[in-house]
Amino acid sequence: MSRVTRRPRAGFALLLVALLAGSYALDAQVTSDRLLRAASEPHNWLTYGGTYTSQRYSTLDQITPANVARLESKWVVQNQVFGAWQSNPIVVDGVMYITQRPNDVMAVDAKTGALYWLYRHTPSADAKVCCGANNRGVAILGDLVFMGTLDARLIAIDRVSGKARWNIAVGDVKTGYSITMAPLVIKDKVLVGVGGGEYGIRGFVAAYDAKTGKEVWKFHTIPGPGEPGHDTWEGDDWKTGGAPAWVTGSYDPALNLVYWGIGNPGPDWNPKQRPGDNLYADCAIALDADTGKLKWYFQFTPNDPYDYDAVQVPVLVDRVWKGQPRKLMLWANRNGFFYVLDRVTGEYLSGTPFVKVNWASGLDAKGRPQQTPQPLGSPTYPGNQGGTNWYLPGYSPRTGLFYFSAWENYGTIYRPEEQEYKPGQLFTGGGFSVVTPAPGAPTIGIGRRGPINNWTDEVGNGAVMAMDPDTGQVKWKLRQFDVTDAGMLTTASDLLFTGGREGHFMALDARTGALLFKASLGGQIVMGPVTYMVDGKQYVTVIAGNALFSFGLRD
Amino acid sequence: MPAIISRFPAPGAITGCTYRDERVQVRSMSVPWRSCLLPILLLVVAAAPLRAQDHTYSSTDIATGVRLYGAQCQLCHGAGGDTVAGVNLRLGRFRRAVTDDDLAKVIAQGVPPAMPGFTLSADDTRGLIAFIRAGFDPSGTAVKVGNVDRGRALFSGKGGCATCHRVNGTGPLAAPDLSDIGALRTPAALQRSLLDPTRAMLPINRPVTIVTAAGKTVRGRRTNEDTFSVQLVSEAGELVTVVKADIKSMDAGKTSPMPSVANVLSTDEVADLVAYLLSLRGVQ
Repeated sequence: MSRVTRRPRAGFALLLVALLAGSYALDAQVTSDRLLRAASEPHNWLTYGGTYTSQRYSTLDQITPANVARLESKWVVQNQVFGAWQSNPIVVDGVMYITQRPNDVMAVDAKTGALYWLYRHTPSADAKVCCGANNRGVAILGDLVFMGTLDARLIAIDRVSGKARWNIAVGDVKTGYSITMAPLVIKDKVLVGVGGGEYGIRGFVAAYDAKTGKEVWKFHTIPGPGEPGHDTWEGDDWKTGGAPAWVTGSYDPALNLVYWGIGNPGPDWNPKQRPGDNLYADCAIALDADTGKLKWYFQFTPNDPYDYDAVQVPVLVDRVWKGQPRKLMLWANRNGFFYVLDRVTGEYLSGTPFVKVNWASGLDAKGRPQQTPQPLGSPTYPGNQGGTNWYLPGYSPRTGLFYFSAWENYGTIYRPEEQEYKPGQLFTGGGFSVVTPAPGAPTIGIGRRGPINNWTDEVGNGAVMAMDPDTGQVKWKLRQFDVTDAGMLTTASDLLFTGGREGHFMALDARTGALLFKASLGGQIVMGPVTYMVDGKQYVTVIAGNALFSFGLRD
Repeated sequence: MPAIISRFPAPGAITGCTYRDERVQVRSMSVPWRSCLLPILLLVVAAAPLRAQDHTYSSTDIATGVRLYGAQCQLCHGAGGDTVAGVNLRLGRFRRAVTDDDLAKVIAQGVPPAMPGFTLSADDTRGLIAFIRAGFDPSGTAVKVGNVDRGRALFSGKGGCATCHRVNGTGPLAAPDLSDIGALRTPAALQRSLLDPTRAMLPINRPVTIVTAAGKTVRGRRTNEDTFSVQLVSEAGELVTVVKADIKSMDAGKTSPMPSVANVLSTDEVADLVAYLLSLRGVQ
C-alpha cells in the first residue's frame, strides 16, 4: 500500500482500531473456554505453563534462528524488592500480570512496561517460609486475577482496577502453611496447594469457587485414618508429615484430571522418624478436577531421606510410545531420574538417571527405586537440591525433546537427627553439608548472594538438558559453569529460551543446543521466560536479578 | 584429589569491633567500640575475641550451635551463613543486631515475614550465638595465635610472604591481596593455608594457563569465571578477561603456587604469622 493511498484512509483506520478495540472488549474476559484453548491464542500467555499441558511451547514464530541475533530489550521493569524473583508473567491481550516479593501484583502494559496498577498484600508477621519470600505468579479467570500468599491466603483481585474482591485463608499461617505457587484455574475453580514441608504441615491441594472464594474440595496429600495409604505412616506421623504442594500442576481436559507434584515428607532428613512409604509425599498425583478425588498416584522416592520433592511441573505430552499413541507424562525428578508415565492410569513406563545417582541402584519394573543408602558421612548424589528441582521444564512437539535445567556433579552429606515437632517451628530432622574440593570453599544451594561469577564448577555445575523421552538419553546438553534454576520456553521456530544463575539470557537451537543469541543481564535468572505478541510483534520476557526485560526484534 | 567435606564452608574470623557482649567484655570497658577504627587498638581487639571465645563460650556451646544451625538456620541462611540479603552470619554482618543480646532477640522474635521466631532454651540460644561468633568454625579456638609484631616481621622476612602477596597497597599482585584476610578467615583456615596451601586453596583462586585461538599464552590467578568468560589477575598484575570462545585450551592448576611454610617456620612462628594475618582487617 502506498503512502498516497494510506493518508486519506487515516480516519477509516482509526474507526477500524476503535471497532477492533470494541471487539477486544467483548473478548477481554478470560473465560474457562479460552483457558482450554490457550494454545490457539499464542499472542497470550494465559497460564503458568502457557497451556494446561505445561509444555511451555508457543506456536509464535516471528523470532527465528535467522533473526534471533537481532533481539534487543524493548522495556524493563525494576523490582522494588530485593531477593530471587521467581515469578512467571501472565499476558492477556496486551496486559502483563506479574508478582514481586513478597506479595505484590503488578499489571503492566506488555508493549511499554508502563504500570497500570500495583496491588500490595503485606503477609502476616506469622508467615514462615523455608526458602525465601518467593511467589511464582498469578492465575486469571474472568475479571479476576488470583494470587496465593506467604501467609497462606488466596486473594482475588480485579484485573482492571487492581482492587481485592475476596481474600480467604487457605491454611493456618501459625503452623507453617504458606503459598508460593501460582494458582491454577480450571473451569470455575481456582486450585492451589500449600508449602510448609519444612514445618511439619499436613499438605493439601484445594479448589475454591472463583467468584466467591468458597472451598469446593480439598485433597489431603497425606491420607487420614481409614483412607487408603494411611498405613504408609505409623502412629501420628501423618499429622506432621509434610507432603506440600508448592509448584503449579497441569490439567488434561479430556480426562478431567488435574496432575500435581507433591513435596517431601517431614522431617526432611530423618526417615527413621517416619517409617513407611509416606504417601503421597514425593508422588505424582492425578485428581478429578471437579471433586478432588484421587484417580491414581505414582511415588518416585518412598520414605525419602534426601528432601527429593517431586514438585516438578507435570509435562503432558501425546506421542507414540513403543508403537502405540499414548497420553504420557514426562518428568525429570529431583531424585535424578527421568520418568515417563502413562497419565491415564499412572502406569510407570520408563525411568533413567540423567545425572550421577548413588542413592538407588536402579528402578524395578514398577518404577520403585532400589535404594542404596550411603554410609553416614559419605556423599549422596544428587545433592540436597536435586538433579533438578522446581525449575520449569518444557517440551517441543516439533523436536519431540523434553528440556530442563539439571545440576551435575553435586553431592550432599546428610546428618539425620531425631527432632521433636513443635508447631510453627522448622521440622527438618538434622542437617546436611555440600561436598567441596577444599575446606571452606563456597558451596551451592538455594539462592545466591555476592558476585554472580564467583562460583566454580568444582562444587557442581548446571546444564540445559534435551532429553529424548523414548530412550531416556540426553540428546544434547549445554553445560553451564554455575548451576541453574532457569525454566524453559520453546517456540515453533525451534528456539529454546532459558538462562541461569550467571545472568545470561540465551536462545538456543532447540534441535542441536547451538547457542544462537545471548544477552548478559547481570542478575540470576530463576524463572522461565514467556513469549507473547502485541500489535503484531513477538516479545520474549525474562527476569534477571531485580529486573524484568521484554525483548523484541530490532526494527 | 579426593573430595574433602566441609560442613561449614569458608570459615571466617570474629570481628572484634562488633563484639560487645556485656557478659564477657571486661575488655570492652576500656576499649570503646568506636575505637576499633584506630588500627593500633584494632590489633588488641583482633586477638580479644579468641580469649572471649575461650572464656565465654565453651566448645560445648559451639557444638550445640553447630547442631542447631544445621537443623534450624542453614536452610535459609546457607551453609556459609550468607544467603540472606544483607546478612553474613559467619563474618558477623547483621542487619539488626550488634550485641549478643540483639542476636538473641532476633532469634527469638524473628524478622517477619521472612524469618520466623524460634523458641529455644537459653543454652541453645547461647550455643547458636557461640557458633555464629566463632565464625562457623567449630575448631576455631584450638589454633594457637602468637604475636602480631613478630608475625609482621616474618611476613616480609623469613616467611617470604611479601614476595607474592600484597598488603595495604604494598607488594605484588601475583597472589591474593591479604589486606582484609583477617576479616575473612578464621585462625584455623589461616593456619591451614600456611601449612598446606594446595589443600586449602579455594577453587576460584586456581592458577590458570590459557592458550588463545590466536596462539597467545595468558597466565594468571583466576578471580571469577562463568560459562562464557574467565577473569584473572595476570602475571603482570592486571585485570584480564578472556572470552572462552577465543580460547584454545585452558588449564586450571590444582596445585597452589604457594610453598608450605611447614619446613621454613617453627610452630611458634606459624602462630605469630597467624596473629599478623588475623590483624589484617582492611579499611573499615
